Amino acid sequence: MTAISNDPSIYETPGINWRRQIRFGLIGALSTAFISLAGMPVGLDGRSIIQPVLSMGYLSLLWVPFVFASIAGSEVVLEGMAERQRSARDLWAGALVGLGSSGGVVLLMILIQNFDLRDPLVNWSPQLLELLSFDRSAAFGMVIWLVLGTFLGFLGGSMHVVPQKFRSATLTVCLSVFGVSVLETFLTDLLEGFGLEGLTDLVYYKRGGLEVLGAVAVAALALAVPLIAGPRVARVKTQVIEMPSEERRRVNLALLAVSAALLFVLPFFLGKITNELLANVGLFVLLALGLNIVVGLAGILDLGYVAFFAVGGYTTAVLTSPNSPGFSPELPWPVALIAVVILTGLVGLFIGAPVIRMRGDYLAIVTLGFGEIIRLLFLSDWLSGWFGGAQGITNIPGVNVGIATVKGTDPRSVFLLVLVFCGIAIYVSWRLENSRLGRAWMAIREDEDVAEAMGVNTTNTKLMAFVVGAVLASFSGAIFSAKVGSIFPTSFLMLVSIIILVVVIVGGMGNITGVIVGALVLIGVLGGPKQPGLLQEFSQFKLLIYGALLVWMMLKRPEGLVPNVRRTRELHQEEFLQDAWLKGEIDTDDQEGTA
Amino acid sequence: MSMLEIKDLSVTFGGLHALKNLDFRVEEGEIVSVIGPNGAGKTTFFNMISGMVTPTSGDIFFEGESLLGLDPSQVTERGIARTFQNVRLFANMTILENVMVAQHCRTDQKVFGALFQTKAFKSEEEAIRTYGEEVLSFFGSRLTGYRLDQPASVLSYANRRRLEIARAMATRPRLLLLDEPVAGMNPRESAELTTLIGRLRTEWGFTVVMIEHDMSVVRDVSDRVVVLDHGETIAQGSYEDVANDPQVIEAYLGRPVGSEEIPGESS
Repeated sequence: MTAISNDPSIYETPGINWRRQIRFGLIGALSTAFISLAGMPVGLDGRSIIQPVLSMGYLSLLWVPFVFASIAGSEVVLEGMAERQRSARDLWAGALVGLGSSGGVVLLMILIQNFDLRDPLVNWSPQLLELLSFDRSAAFGMVIWLVLGTFLGFLGGSMHVVPQKFRSATLTVCLSVFGVSVLETFLTDLLEGFGLEGLTDLVYYKRGGLEVLGAVAVAALALAVPLIAGPRVARVKTQVIEMPSEERRRVNLALLAVSAALLFVLPFFLGKITNELLANVGLFVLLALGLNIVVGLAGILDLGYVAFFAVGGYTTAVLTSPNSPGFSPELPWPVALIAVVILTGLVGLFIGAPVIRMRGDYLAIVTLGFGEIIRLLFLSDWLSGWFGGAQGITNIPGVNVGIATVKGTDPRSVFLLVLVFCGIAIYVSWRLENSRLGRAWMAIREDEDVAEAMGVNTTNTKLMAFVVGAVLASFSGAIFSAKVGSIFPTSFLMLVSIIILVVVIVGGMGNITGVIVGALVLIGVLGGPKQPGLLQEFSQFKLLIYGALLVWMMLKRPEGLVPNVRRTRELHQEEFLQDAWLKGEIDTDDQEGTA
Repeated sequence: MSMLEIKDLSVTFGGLHALKNLDFRVEEGEIVSVIGPNGAGKTTFFNMISGMVTPTSGDIFFEGESLLGLDPSQVTERGIARTFQNVRLFANMTILENVMVAQHCRTDQKVFGALFQTKAFKSEEEAIRTYGEEVLSFFGSRLTGYRLDQPASVLSYANRRRLEIARAMATRPRLLLLDEPVAGMNPRESAELTTLIGRLRTEWGFTVVMIEHDMSVVRDVSDRVVVLDHGETIAQGSYEDVANDPQVIEAYLGRPVGSEEIPGESS
């Protein structure tokens, strides 16, 4: 867009919004104080990012001044308006925000020194004070914090003064160093699989975290790779985009086949821990794909989705385990799976039938209730003759697939099995989305009454979504019980439903890729309800981070990490229409006659 | 036998008689307009035929069979399709998808076909798409071409109305209920739509019942006009008969019916 108002003499350029800076400084202070009181600096101190310079504990505070200063400095520039000329004063504004943020820490230190409030605030410990004062005197620590905060805020503010290129380079370096450090377990494992232990010893410190040199190398690589490969990638990209659709389809298919093949080869190069982790991620991908059909496509907010996971798990346990208390046919897993699918589908129908006639909030609450009812039934004394009550069912055999037995002690085989089922789930989601049924689901999500008036039998169609979702969850349940080898009602808490829903929302509702990315990020990095993720130190702060992430996503990116085109349109309809209008795609009442 | 026959039908919401002892019939191939002041019960009348409102007493027969107790989707399946007064498209679905989803009750491929991409599934999808495009091309090039894959929300108001009609046509009805099809259109557009409504009968063989406030449209296209007021039929017959009926004039606050002044209101 050509700027209409480039001439500064016409429009007085507004100065820095100091009120905004002060507000962000205060929010920063509250955040750092809260993070300290939640115990993150102490709890995460054991994990180092760059040895010995930076630990995760310090990072949990240090990001605040930088990020808040840079957010406080960002301004919305309207189309056609000139951006405000940045000056040195922006740096001072950033520094002010940084100072405010670190002020929170300092204030907290003063309070810790002078009052004893350990009783209500358990993480308010001398250890925290020690950590915050860098093992020296408190006064020294306070001065350091103020200086450090101001400096980081200064840097954050400078992000808007320096050219765009520099800004994105900083971002790339920070993220890649952090990423490489966080993914340590995974990367070491992968490199060892390829026989490159030497490389990991160079980059990583023996007991976790990057070496200083390693960090420098990673940063250099992060800068160099886009410089060298960037233009080439861009060229290939345009080449593919310009291809005729037939050819492009073939390229896409080939890419898909190659990546699928790589995925199936990958487990053989990975160690136990990583395979275990990825198997857990896969189980959640399965669950999330199922819930995605229910919530993302058909728009039925199901908060009791864990019920189907539980039914799948328990049915498998009863049918395969010799220890099943009531009925124990000891079927082989693949045979049991057929029964599991049918039974869970029936449970889906059974739960769905009364629930489906409700809408919105009522439906969500009723599904929540059903989720708990199913868990309590498995826990109850009344049915303990069948499901073992709180003792659960143990000694569930693995899956015998001829050449090997898939069971928990061999995470590689579990991961492979999960991959197969994820493949099935992805295929099912993809095909159904682009079918008559998928369109009917979408229509129901858009406007249920109109869908009904247009000839869609909404009751049956919504039930179908419930059943398909239930079947996908039952796959996950069946693998879960074979993997763990024993099954207890405590594995199916309401929290699981919530976490699956968060995975779907954060990843991107209604989008298959989004759901997979969501599971990788949340379950893989942070960890599932009981399964550890890459950041095992985070496990006690997992729910806090989940919550913070969810709030942030809802405010800033409600369509999820990898959005579905339709969802984006729905949530940003005004922007979308504005864009379409600017591009001349929107039609005003037109002049053409009928053909 | 009439195509649609409504016998002694009443709809009550609490103490309010939205429709009172209504008798109404539509013969095959007719275009009937329903007019009346705001709150006369016209939209309730449509909601009742399409199954969204259950009548308190009386009966509705479509091609000899009662529609009472059917879900809206079953009514649509029998061959009655409707549009909505306050355009209710599936705004975030594409224009083509809007007409494709409307063919739901005329197609029957289920999960199995979609998963295994059977021949039947593929040919049905192809047929749905072709028929959808055919319906859209009824409105000229406005809803076809590059527009097919655009979301319905980018359409102008008039085109949204057209798409609503197209979506109703895609359900392959025999009776089409149009709720204020030209509301919000300029005179040229409404004149054009008037001819299209005529063509709906001649080319597509639809029987049409429409609610309309624009008297020029009512005059130009309808065989018969029914006037509702306070839930009762106060007059019916040809446009001229109805326009000169004193009761109708009174219902419209004594203004002369038939002049262009009247249609100013839109509810």
